[in-house]
Amino acid sequence: MLQYAFKRLLGAIPTLLVLITLAFFMIRIAPGGPFDTEKSLPPEIEANLNAAYHLDEPLIQQYGRYLLQILQGDFGPSFQYKDFTVNELIASGFPVSLTIGGLSMLLAVLLGSAFGIIAALRQNRPTDYAVMTVAMTGISIPNFVIAPLLILLFAVTLGWLPAGGWDGDGLGKVVMPVIALALPQIAYISRLMRGSMIEVLRSNFIRTARAKGLSETRIILRHALRPAFLPVLSYLGPASAAVITGSVVIEKIFGIPGLGRYFVQGALNRDYTLVMGVVVFYGMLIIVFNFIVDLLYGALDPKVRYD
Amino acid sequence: MRSGLIAALLTCMFATPLAAQQLAAEQILHKGNGAEPQSLDPHKAEGVPSSNIMRDLYEGLTSEAPNGDVIPGAASRWEISADGTEYVFHLRPQARWSNGDPVVAEDFVIGLRRSADPATLSHYSQILSSIKNAEAVTAGQLPPEELAVEALDDHTLKIVLKAPTPYFLGLLNHSSTYPINRRAYQEHGARFARVGNLVGNGAYRLKDWVVQSHIELERNPLYWDNANTTIERVYYHATEDQSSELKRYRAGELDWTHEVPLNQVRWIRENLNDEFYVSTYLGTYYYGFNLTQPPFKANRTLRRALSMAIDREILVNKVTRLGEQPAYSWVPPGISHYAAQVPEWASWPQDKKLAEARRLYAEAGYSKDKPLHIELRYNTSENHKKVAIAVAAMLKQSLGVRVNLINQEWKVFLETRKQKRVTELFRAGWIGDYNDAYTFSELLHSKHGINDQGYNNPEYDALLEQASVEGDFDKRRALLEKAERLMLEDQPIMPIYFYVNKRLVKPYVAGFEPNIMDHHYTKNMRILAH
Repeated sequence: MLQYAFKRLLGAIPTLLVLITLAFFMIRIAPGGPFDTEKSLPPEIEANLNAAYHLDEPLIQQYGRYLLQILQGDFGPSFQYKDFTVNELIASGFPVSLTIGGLSMLLAVLLGSAFGIIAALRQNRPTDYAVMTVAMTGISIPNFVIAPLLILLFAVTLGWLPAGGWDGDGLGKVVMPVIALALPQIAYISRLMRGSMIEVLRSNFIRTARAKGLSETRIILRHALRPAFLPVLSYLGPASAAVITGSVVIEKIFGIPGLGRYFVQGALNRDYTLVMGVVVFYGMLIIVFNFIVDLLYGALDPKVRYD
Repeated sequence: MRSGLIAALLTCMFATPLAAQQLAAEQILHKGNGAEPQSLDPHKAEGVPSSNIMRDLYEGLTSEAPNGDVIPGAASRWEISADGTEYVFHLRPQARWSNGDPVVAEDFVIGLRRSADPATLSHYSQILSSIKNAEAVTAGQLPPEELAVEALDDHTLKIVLKAPTPYFLGLLNHSSTYPINRRAYQEHGARFARVGNLVGNGAYRLKDWVVQSHIELERNPLYWDNANTTIERVYYHATEDQSSELKRYRAGELDWTHEVPLNQVRWIRENLNDEFYVSTYLGTYYYGFNLTQPPFKANRTLRRALSMAIDREILVNKVTRLGEQPAYSWVPPGISHYAAQVPEWASWPQDKKLAEARRLYAEAGYSKDKPLHIELRYNTSENHKKVAIAVAAMLKQSLGVRVNLINQEWKVFLETRKQKRVTELFRAGWIGDYNDAYTFSELLHSKHGINDQGYNNPEYDALLEQASVEGDFDKRRALLEKAERLMLEDQPIMPIYFYVNKRLVKPYVAGFEPNIMDHHYTKNMRILAH
C-alpha cells in the first residue's frame, strides 16, 4: 500500500514537468506581453521592466530559472497585481475556492446519490422520469444562466441572500454559489448512481439477500450502496477538478475572490507568473484528487488490490 | 401665544426640507470599482480602479472639487513666477500622515524623484515630463536627484518646469505626483502598499484588502480636514461583471456602480432613471487607418470618403444609445481652454455627406464593379462588435465597400495594431490623462508610442513642439487647435463618438457631481437618512 502510494507520487513528477513545460511555452507563444497596454511606455522603463522580470533573457534560460524557482516553492511576483506574490494570491484564493468547491461537491454527492437511488428503485415509473428530467435539465442549463436567475429571485426580489461579494461574516454569501456550482454535478451524479444501482440490484448477491428475507432498506444500504457507488467515486476525481476550475464563471458572477478568476485574468493579462502558478497548482491538485480517489476505491472495492 | 404657534408652524415648515437632508446614522459607502486594482503604490499603480482608491488614501499638492475644478490640496496656496516656469507651494503646517508624521516638502521631493526614477518602473512617469530634467531622469541620463524639485524648508516646495504648462496644477492631483512617507517606505520597501504598512496623507486609511473582493478604507482622524469628513468607512468592491454589479446595486449592497451593462440601459432608463447619471467624459472612440500600408497609405481621398460615409447620429442613437456625442473631431468638447475643431462637413445633411463620400470614393478609383475590400479589426467586446457591424453595413450600403470584420483578443489586438503590418482599419479609444488638449494631440505625433496609424506629418509635429514651449496660453491653444485642423484634413483617424460616464448612484448619496475627469473624493460625500 505504502509502496503503491510512493510509486504513484513518483509517477506524478514527469506529468507535472510536462504540464509546466507545455504551459510555460504556450503562454509565451501567445502574442502580446504583460506590459502591453493602450498607454505607451518610455523605452527605458520598458527595458527596466523586462530586466526586472527577466523577460530580456533567452526563453530557455527563463524556463530554467522558473523550474529552479518552483523547486523552492516560489511562484514569483505577479506581473499584474504588483503588491502581491503569486504564492500570496494562491494562498488567499485557494481557501475560498476550496470552501465553495468542497461544499458543492458534498452537496452534489449527497443529493445526487439520493436522487439516483430513488430513481433506480422506481425505475420506469413517474418518480424516475421526474428525477431524470430534472437531472437532464440540470446538465443542459449552464450555470451562468442559473446563477443570475438565483440572484434575481433570492437577492433582488426576496432579499434573503446577498447578491454577491465576499465581505461580512454571514454564511449567506456561500449559499447561492454552492447551489449554482453543485446543480450540474447533482444531475450528473444522480444519473450515474441510477444506472449503477439498477445494475447492482439485478446481480446475484442482491437476489440472494432478498431470498434471505432482508428488508429492502437493509439491502440497499448494507449491500447495494457500496458497489453501486464505485462509478460515482471514480467520477469524483475529475469532477472535483471540474468544480474547482469550472468555478470561474460562478466566481465572476458572484464576485467571489477564488482561484478560478486568477486563471482567466492571468491569461488575459499575460500575467505569466500568475497563470503558471495557478496551472501548476491545479495540476498538483488534480493529481492529488485522483490519487485519493484511487485509495478510496481500494477501500470500497474488494476486487482492487495495491500490489 | 398665537405668534408662538405661528413661529412653531413656520419652524415645522422650514424644518421639513432640512430633515430630508438629515444624515444617516451609519456613514458607510459601498462603491463598485470595476476590476481589481493593480496596486495602491502611487508610483507604480495604473488604471482607473487604483486611482479611484488612491484619491482617498493620498493627497497631492492640489486636489479637485466635486465638479472637477482644481483646488488646494496638501498645499494651501502657491505662487507662479511671471514666466510660468517656477512654482512655489506652501504646504499646510498642520497636515499629518496617517502614522502621525508631519507632511513635509521633503516627502514630495522624494515622491516625485521616485516617480521619475526608471528603477521604480512607473507606467506614468510621462506625467512628470513637464518638470525640468524629468525626461532625462526617466531616460536614465541624469540621477533622480537632478529632478528640478526642491524643499526650500519643511513647508515650502519649489518645482521648476522646462516650459510653461497651463495644466500643471491639474497634474498635481495625479497619483504619480503623490508624496511618500519615508519612514514607512524605508521600513517596508516593495511591500509598502499593503494593509498595515501603507501610510497615506489622505482623508482615509487602508483597513482591509481582500484581493478580487473588496478594499475597505476607514476615516483617517489625522487628516488635516478631518472635521469636514462625514463618511466613516468606504468599501471599494471589485465588480468585474457589470450585470452582477447591477444586481448587487438593486439588492442594496452597492450604493454606487462603476459602470452599467450596456444591454440593460433601456431597462435602467425605464426603472432607475433618477439614479442614472450620464455625463461627458474625456475620451474619444475612433477608428484608425493604417497609413503605412495600402489601401490607406497616401490615400487621403479614400480615408475621407469612408469617414463621411458613416452616419454617426445613427451609431450613437441606435447602436450605443447612451447619449454619446457623435465625433467628427479628435479632442473632446468640454476640455479646458480649447475649442472643438469640428470640420465644416460635419454640419452637412447626411445626403450631402453621402454624395461627397461617393464622389471621393470614385475619385480614389473604386466603384460598384471594383469595390474596396478592407479588414476592420476590433478587440473582443459586445459593444465594439455592435459598432463594427453597423459601420461595416453603412460602408457597404453607401459606397459598396466590402468589410471583413476581424475580432481579436485584447493583447493580440494591441500587438497587431502596434506592428502596423496587417492592420487596415482598426478600433481604438483614448481617455485623456489630464484635462488639457495636449493629452490628445500628442497621440498623433510621429514619435508617439501608440500612434498606431503611423501618422507622420512634420508640420503637425512642429506645431506640437512649438506649443509645448509656448509661454502664452492663448498662443499655445491656437497652435494646438491649428494642429488638430491640419490633422483632420489628413484624416488619419475616423472619430466616431465621444465617451460618456455612466453610473448608478443611490439617491441618498449626497455630494456627488458628475465631472469630465470622473474623479470623485469620498470625503466630499455623505449618506443621507433613507
